[in-house]
Amino acid sequence: MTVATGPATGPAAARGPDRRRAAAPPSAARIARARAALELRLYVRARQAMVFSFFYPIIMLVIFGSIDMGGTVAGGVTYVQYFTAGIAATGIILNTFQQLGIRIANERDAGELARLQALGTPAISYLAGKAAQVLVTTVAQLALLVVVARYAFDVPFPVDGAHWLTFAWVTLLGTLAGTALGFAVSLLPKSAKNADTIIVPIALVLQFFSGVFFVYTDLPGWMQAIASVFPLKWLTQGMRSVFLPDGAASAEVAGSWEHGRTALILAVWVVVGIAICARSFRWRRAS
Amino acid sequence: MLLNTVSTKRWTLEPNSRLFRAGRTGGDRGRMPAIEISALRKIYDGRVVVHDLDLAIEAGECFALLGPNGAGKTTTVEILEGFRSRDGGHVAVLGHDPAKPDRRWRSRIGVVAQTTGAALDLGVAETIRHFAAYHGAPRPADELIEAVGLTEKAGSRVADLSGGQRRRLDVALGVQGRPELLFLDEPTTGLDPQGRRQLWELVTRLRAEGTTILLTTHYLDEAAKLSDRVGVIAHGRLLEVAPTAEFGGDLRAGATVHWRTGGLVHEVATRTPTALVRDLLAETPDGEIEDLEIRRPTLEDIYLELLATADGDTVRPAASDREPGPPSQSSSPSQSGLPAESELASESGLPRQPRTATRSWS
Repeated sequence: MTVATGPATGPAAARGPDRRRAAAPPSAARIARARAALELRLYVRARQAMVFSFFYPIIMLVIFGSIDMGGTVAGGVTYVQYFTAGIAATGIILNTFQQLGIRIANERDAGELARLQALGTPAISYLAGKAAQVLVTTVAQLALLVVVARYAFDVPFPVDGAHWLTFAWVTLLGTLAGTALGFAVSLLPKSAKNADTIIVPIALVLQFFSGVFFVYTDLPGWMQAIASVFPLKWLTQGMRSVFLPDGAASAEVAGSWEHGRTALILAVWVVVGIAICARSFRWRRAS
Repeated sequence: MLLNTVSTKRWTLEPNSRLFRAGRTGGDRGRMPAIEISALRKIYDGRVVVHDLDLAIEAGECFALLGPNGAGKTTTVEILEGFRSRDGGHVAVLGHDPAKPDRRWRSRIGVVAQTTGAALDLGVAETIRHFAAYHGAPRPADELIEAVGLTEKAGSRVADLSGGQRRRLDVALGVQGRPELLFLDEPTTGLDPQGRRQLWELVTRLRAEGTTILLTTHYLDEAAKLSDRVGVIAHGRLLEVAPTAEFGGDLRAGATVHWRTGGLVHEVATRTPTALVRDLLAETPDGEIEDLEIRRPTLEDIYLELLATADGDTVRPAASDREPGPPSQSSSPSQSGLPAESELASESGLPRQPRTATRSWS
């Protein structure tokens, strides 16, 4: 590139403002597409995200499936079958709520969001890019999980179209709820240093309370009561309705899969997360 | 030593000299001001950090805002960029109130801030190509990478860049969208000398394209090189605004004559360096005067002088409240006293800028 070294009042200045400057900024949708592609690349390159959110459920499945727990859960369901449902649900929460919350807090702390703000990026483009990344990686993660469970641990695929459909809507609603809550929880840490410390324990405690590591009906009532407020319990229950035989429904606390209530509670969390985000989303560190 | 042209080292700023008279350069460009600020005020925790600031920056102008850390520079710039709210006053940036930013307006301004980061796992060229998607008419990526001197690093990860190289990336991303108005907040901090020169070339080119530039910097040579006008801010107030070439007013009129006799270094501040040298020559009918130099104050000297004056005036309520006083006496050469010796120079804290070549054996 040649660099004009002449005076600023030279012929270039006489040309007047560059006409290309009048070009309107690209649409929010176009920026969202660029962000989604970027987020996917960044996700794959971030080793921490790959280990702690993408492969983590597979690792858990291999560990749980390899331990002989002896006997079966009520209804003739094997432990590995029961936990596959919980691990599918926990994978969604880790990949959305935990991974996303920490990542957004980090990006805010590093000034990456301040740059987006300076460029006039619509917040919706940024969030849509994140949501797209989460959806794609969650679907890939579940596909891998289902295949490993089927061929390594004899956990059957969902038995028919209706069960696949349940799998689809539970996954979609759970992912949306986790994503919206990930956006919201990213606002909690004051700096990136605190992000892991605040977000990881929330996810961890919810896993213990929601029937991921233990059979839900074996948990004390107060744990069940706390868990039933949050999405992971409902996501786990929804996943059981996908992977367990229909007869196992009678072993649930309510004696049924409670699909209607599951959908409602997950949807409420989607709305809550979006509302928090719309009210309080910020591009910069709290000062 | 029989010198009779001796003065104090410190010139006092004449309160009514050029203060607060915004200068014009480059003739009348006949355009709308790019930035208009009147009575801008910002308060943090009950402390006024920007104090009724008035300033207008013309379209096509390069304005350098100078000031020590904590003077209110970045706060002011961030208000203009639409990142911070203000507590009073009127501000128009490209005719738009920055407190109500919209995309169209943002697309017309470029920001090189100190607080922005880039994803570490991306490559340099990859980052620039990605951000092209945010602009209606982005500059070509290769051209941009070359202009900021990152060609050799185009394939490197951002994580592997040095601080200076990351700064170059910041600059590239700030100008990618062909902004009409560019905010450069300490753009060369952390750059090596070569990097600074490259940035200066880029800024010169942007100016030639008609870009308005608001530059904040700690490097006074940078301000001297790039800007049409400079403004000095301290304690949230504008101390002086003037065309760069006239900046400092009377402070500029002084000179320092420097020479050596044996082991003794002489430095004499004077408004009549020629007279002093004439006397010196008369005293030295033959032979060389060792290390003879006449130094004019650099922008940095004037700047430090201004700040020292402002700090000495902290008792006064406001610089802008000063009554025009009589011309200062201490700035004129005195007829008595001893030549200021080298200790004086170090006492005044003036940097020794090798601006004036030492004349010897030529």
